[in-house]
Amino acid sequence: MSRRGRGILAGVALAVLGVVLCVALLDLPRVGDAPKTYGDNAVALSQRHQTAEVVNFVTYDLRGFDTLGEELILFTAAIGSAVLLRASRGERRDEEASEREEERGPRTADALRAFGAALVGPFVLVGLYVVVHGNLTPGGGFQGGVILAGALLLVYAAGQTVALQRLRPMPLVEVAEAVGALGYALVGLGGLVAAGAFLDNFLPLGTSGALLSGGTVPLLSVVVGLEVTGAITLVLSEFLDQQLIGEEQG
Amino acid sequence: MTALHAVLLVVTAVAGTTVVLTRDPVRQAVVSGMFGLSLTALFFAFSAPDVALSMLVVSSVALPIMTLLTLARMRASEREQAENDG
Repeated sequence: MSRRGRGILAGVALAVLGVVLCVALLDLPRVGDAPKTYGDNAVALSQRHQTAEVVNFVTYDLRGFDTLGEELILFTAAIGSAVLLRASRGERRDEEASEREEERGPRTADALRAFGAALVGPFVLVGLYVVVHGNLTPGGGFQGGVILAGALLLVYAAGQTVALQRLRPMPLVEVAEAVGALGYALVGLGGLVAAGAFLDNFLPLGTSGALLSGGTVPLLSVVVGLEVTGAITLVLSEFLDQQLIGEEQG
Repeated sequence: MTALHAVLLVVTAVAGTTVVLTRDPVRQAVVSGMFGLSLTALFFAFSAPDVALSMLVVSSVALPIMTLLTLARMRASEREQAENDG
């Protein structure tokens, strides 16, 4: 098909899509005016379970099984990319990469290094806060886990190579990822044994608003946080190592 | 729908178009991060702070970094290939 033909086809398709979307838009309920049977029921149930954060009550309790699946997807994806990236390099290259990494430090701009180093602490604190308060405030294991893994990038940006080596001992990262995934499954089995259904709540509910309230919700948030921190750190570390090898060859 | 919603919807539309029109992948990684930030503000304005937080960490931490690192790796491979051929 000629360039012109493709242009006409794309234009017509986009125009039709635009009209359909506009028609659909006119039919939408007004903002905040939607029928919310599910929402009302979820809020009522969430209050009965002493969980202040309704969204995470849905994520980690009502739809806990979905979250287990999502967690395993991330787990598998991280392992898969680590295996693929590792297959393309050998031991000798590893050593060269770490030598290269040691030389890299001084080339980073001072302002960037200072800024990165200053932000590491706040990043870790916010990450931990978000993970631990999954039952109280928006956020939870996934978001907090990515923030915690982001702290690693700041260490890299700060050029603190010695600290970086200590901060991501790879066996520990892999164990954290595995323990996070296993922990979720174990909490699920705990529900099966103690409450009669997989992932059903079997812990004391506490009082809404307290750090330990909502039964299994905060526990699941923490294990997901562990798993996500491990998975994202693993993938980013493998990519960073690849990048260092690339620099060394280039 | 308030003025804030309208403004944020327009900003998101403009940012999304900019991502498509940016042709250099390295710049695109950064611009897509900004598109993510505009989506974050939009979700927040529409009372979805959980989704906003997810969007924030994915679009400003995970996605641009992985894109940049992948591009760096691909370019290194291309250089290696060129050296071997030459």
